[in-house]
Amino acid sequence: MTGLEPARPPESRVPVSPQMAWRVAVIGTLALVMFGIIFFRLWYLQILTGNHYLAEATSQKLRPLTVAAPRGEILARGGQTLVSSQTTAVVRIVPSKLPESVEGQLLAYGKVVKAVEKRSEPIEEEIKALQARLDGTGVSHTRAQRKQVHRERGELATLKRRLAKASALTVPRLSSSHRRLWSLFQRLGTLLKIRPQKIDEEVIQDVYQTRYAPVVIDSAVGQGPRTVLYERKREFPGVEEGPVATRTYPHGEMAAQVFGYVSAITGEELGSKVLKGVPAGTEVGQDGLELSYDSELRGTPGKKEIEVNPLGEPVGSVAKEVQPKPGYDLKTTIDLPLQIEAEEAFRKEIAAAQGRGRVADGGGFVAMDPLDGAVYAMGSYPSYDPSFFTKPFTPSAYQALTASQPYGVTGGEPLLNRAISGEYPTGSTFKPITAMGALEAGVITPGESFGTGHCVFEAEDKFCNSGHTDYGDRDLVEALEVSSDTYFFEVGQRANARGPVIQKMAHELGIGDRTGIDLPDELKGVVPESKWLRKLNEAEASCTRRKHGKPCGYVAEPGHEWTFGDNMNLAVGQGDLLTNPLQMAVAYSTLVDAYRNDGRGWRPTPHLGMQIDNSNGELVRVLKFPHAKRNVDLNPTYLDYVFEGIHDATVGAEGTSSDVWAGWNQAQHKTYGKTGTAEHLGQTEQAWYMCYIESETRPIVIAVTMEQGGFGDEAAAPIARLIASQWFHQKKKLVTGSSADA
Amino acid sequence: MTPPALSPLQASEQTAQETSAGISLPFDPLLTLAVIGLGICSALTLKVATAGTIPGDPHYFFKRQIVYLIVGFLAMLGVSRLDYGWLRRFQRPIYALLILSILAVLALGSETLGSTRSISLPGFSFQSSEIGKLLLIVFLSGFVVDRARRLRDRDTTIKVLALALVPTILVFKEPDIGSGLVFIAIALTILFVAGVPWRHIAAILLLGVIALTIVLAVAPALGVHLLQKYEVERLTGFLNPTAHVENKLVYQELQSKIAIGAGRQTGMAGVGSSEFGLVPERETDFIFASLSVARGFVGAAFVLSLYALMIWRGLRILSMAKDLYGSLIAGGVVAMLMFQVFVNVGVTIGILPITGITLPLMSYGGSSVLSTMLAVGLLQSIYLRARSTEAMKGRVLRW
Repeated sequence: MTGLEPARPPESRVPVSPQMAWRVAVIGTLALVMFGIIFFRLWYLQILTGNHYLAEATSQKLRPLTVAAPRGEILARGGQTLVSSQTTAVVRIVPSKLPESVEGQLLAYGKVVKAVEKRSEPIEEEIKALQARLDGTGVSHTRAQRKQVHRERGELATLKRRLAKASALTVPRLSSSHRRLWSLFQRLGTLLKIRPQKIDEEVIQDVYQTRYAPVVIDSAVGQGPRTVLYERKREFPGVEEGPVATRTYPHGEMAAQVFGYVSAITGEELGSKVLKGVPAGTEVGQDGLELSYDSELRGTPGKKEIEVNPLGEPVGSVAKEVQPKPGYDLKTTIDLPLQIEAEEAFRKEIAAAQGRGRVADGGGFVAMDPLDGAVYAMGSYPSYDPSFFTKPFTPSAYQALTASQPYGVTGGEPLLNRAISGEYPTGSTFKPITAMGALEAGVITPGESFGTGHCVFEAEDKFCNSGHTDYGDRDLVEALEVSSDTYFFEVGQRANARGPVIQKMAHELGIGDRTGIDLPDELKGVVPESKWLRKLNEAEASCTRRKHGKPCGYVAEPGHEWTFGDNMNLAVGQGDLLTNPLQMAVAYSTLVDAYRNDGRGWRPTPHLGMQIDNSNGELVRVLKFPHAKRNVDLNPTYLDYVFEGIHDATVGAEGTSSDVWAGWNQAQHKTYGKTGTAEHLGQTEQAWYMCYIESETRPIVIAVTMEQGGFGDEAAAPIARLIASQWFHQKKKLVTGSSADA
Repeated sequence: MTPPALSPLQASEQTAQETSAGISLPFDPLLTLAVIGLGICSALTLKVATAGTIPGDPHYFFKRQIVYLIVGFLAMLGVSRLDYGWLRRFQRPIYALLILSILAVLALGSETLGSTRSISLPGFSFQSSEIGKLLLIVFLSGFVVDRARRLRDRDTTIKVLALALVPTILVFKEPDIGSGLVFIAIALTILFVAGVPWRHIAAILLLGVIALTIVLAVAPALGVHLLQKYEVERLTGFLNPTAHVENKLVYQELQSKIAIGAGRQTGMAGVGSSEFGLVPERETDFIFASLSVARGFVGAAFVLSLYALMIWRGLRILSMAKDLYGSLIAGGVVAMLMFQVFVNVGVTIGILPITGITLPLMSYGGSSVLSTMLAVGLLQSIYLRARSTEAMKGRVLRW
């Protein structure tokens, strides 16, 4: 730094006064001193004590990190992928690293949740009571009763609206003092094209749910915003971007309720016994097979020790690593081509039924092996796209998926697996069960003919055939073929005198009982009998006392005792009977097993799991589902009559589903089927069809139901025929039946 | 001290004639060399220090910085062709632009680490305080020249200070303490070079010391906390960093010091990039630490020498300028460069508190590179004007 000397003659430079030269010299000296200090300090740091700092630099602290294990796949029996995982780029917010704490807002939100719960609880109770009362109401009523039901339905709808209003959750606004947080959300929102308010709401709701696990704000983020987030990391404190494995569903809505979905473990689940030790932020199964086989699919997270600075920020490379153990694959009993065909057939038939003017907005189906209980196909309508849960969603969108429907409204609730959690009367598909119960109890004999007339009149009620047809006197086989209600009303009436003989048979076959399928949320259903009604009456009475005379809704008509009328309704699958397609499939399967084995039949445990494979596709374990403990021992002759009856129903001149099976190769695969048309007050009938198709190697039982679909042979049986055609590789044909069977 | 009558175009024609006459290069060669050298060092440092930071684009910072440097260099050449005297016509617009750009950041800017310093534009975030330094230099120089005959008046000093304090307080508000301090340094240096009485300078310094004492010592003792605890820690933490490790900025400074030390004589650029993990903000405010860890004492000393060269040339141009306006602009630019180099390097080597100042030409960032290049362009312009004046007078100047 020479050339700064003030002594240099200034005369050549006009503007430089001696004074300025002086001052320049001062600045120059300052610069000299400054560089001197820096050089000395650098020399001290790098030369004199460099080794010390090098040692310090290399002795960074280690911090263990968990490495998420890839979740196993769900496969069809043929090995095809049903549910898989893929890595997508997501943007997440790590609540603890945000520039300002959300604790205040979280507390306020907690208060809102509590207040909403408090507000909506009494309404919910009222709804429950009213619902139970309405659900418990059978078919036949006096005019006054009908009127009351209509009034109560109106009341229920009002209550539901009130509940929806009361339970609307609003996240309290971010306090204006959190300017930095708000500005962060604004910037992030601009980048990702999300409203900042929405980001805040999502963070609060998620943090409230999952206790500070990272909150996914956006999935499938493009490279552009990711680069910005990476480059300007410090402008986005608490925001992470990176790859995360998400579930993919190559078949979309297909069997969505069967597979279920996964989501980050919630705060509640973290404390549960089943999920003990699962780290926060792990995706765990929430429904369906994902939940049932969660421990197999989940895998074991790995561990990584990374170098971090005392602030806990990763600074270096990985020091130690334990690879995560990928989850096992679940191979299911689902036959993919059959499942696809069944779903397609169901949708086609829904459209066809709607074309005929039916509401037809819900239903379910099951196709299973009657001998070992393997479920080949299962579905529920309406369905949803499970990838919904892989992306951030709004509470209102979630509510739309889960909100229960007002009484009397079918359809909706796409998360509900109607095949196992529906609760329906079955209509005439129940008749073979009634017949077996009555035969075994000696109430009727196969050859006896009765049941003439369009209606049976009992006391003030009348019980009629559908369309008021008069089938004349029929024996059992014919009564099953034509599905004579008057015949079975009389069976129900006669049986009532002998106690719950139909109910006993239903229970033995598996109705009103959980089947034990490897899926969560299976419902038990109800097989009504006098004891059951008495219990409900007692509960209602004590509840009414507690509530000072207000009805609690356990029963429709408090004090109404069991009558033969109730039994008559049950005999044709109406009244208080509540079951679902899977229970019916199990009941028919048990009958089939008995029929094939001279009366001794096992009740199979339906299942979807087949085997567990590791991630390389090697077998780990075959899943075993032993038969339910209970077996049946039935009279083989009676079974022959019943099966003859339901075979004739598919081929006979008067058979209820003969149209539908027209052209089927009966010599190769004999069909047995029963239509059902369940009545619901003020609605289109619910279509049912149950069938069994004989085969040496691959017999199959199919259960189909369609809410408000119309007659069983019209809306349900054609679906069964298409499923069967796919299963036995026969020509597919959508035939709509025409018999008006009840 | 009459304003020059030449338009910038005429000025550049004149320069071109001069060049063709073979008298000299159209710019200060040593200054230009220093700028090119620093640009290359910046690019090389970014290349090793940030390789693979951005997924999918391993040389993201490297490539963008090269673009900034080239654009900046061309801008420097362009500005050197302008007659700086022309700028005096725009005193008011310049000051207005300075204030408005800072206000714009305060109003529309995006936040970084709790402070709002830049406006996000598509593909680029503009940091107005960087270019603001340059605007302030040009404006204050013009203001002082206008009052050249009243330099000994207290009034002049107070007005200059007041005009500098307005943008300073505004950037403090962002808060961008670093740029505010640069503004003050610029104002003081311009006053000093212009020749205001020593006692004015002494009085200002004394006031500064008193203000600091009040904020840091007296007010807290009286129970009034003008600064947050972490801000105090940040200002004093560098004295005993290990006691304040939980303060993020103090901690960064400690890490930077460790990294620099670990670079030892020749650095460890070949060892692998994990050492850069130590360096916080390794491409911007702590690039000197990245450089030191990669190239060791040798590399750091080389870069410092280039800065010394720049400052020497700056002071040289200051003293040879053909008019007071040129001298004052040169003084302001030198003050800006000196202050930034000293404070930035001082922070990374742990002898000054963290202020958030970029290292001219080395730190990654378009605003910083561009404003430094423009400042150097002004120096070049002053140099050229001085040389042509000398040449016309038939005198030859040594550079």
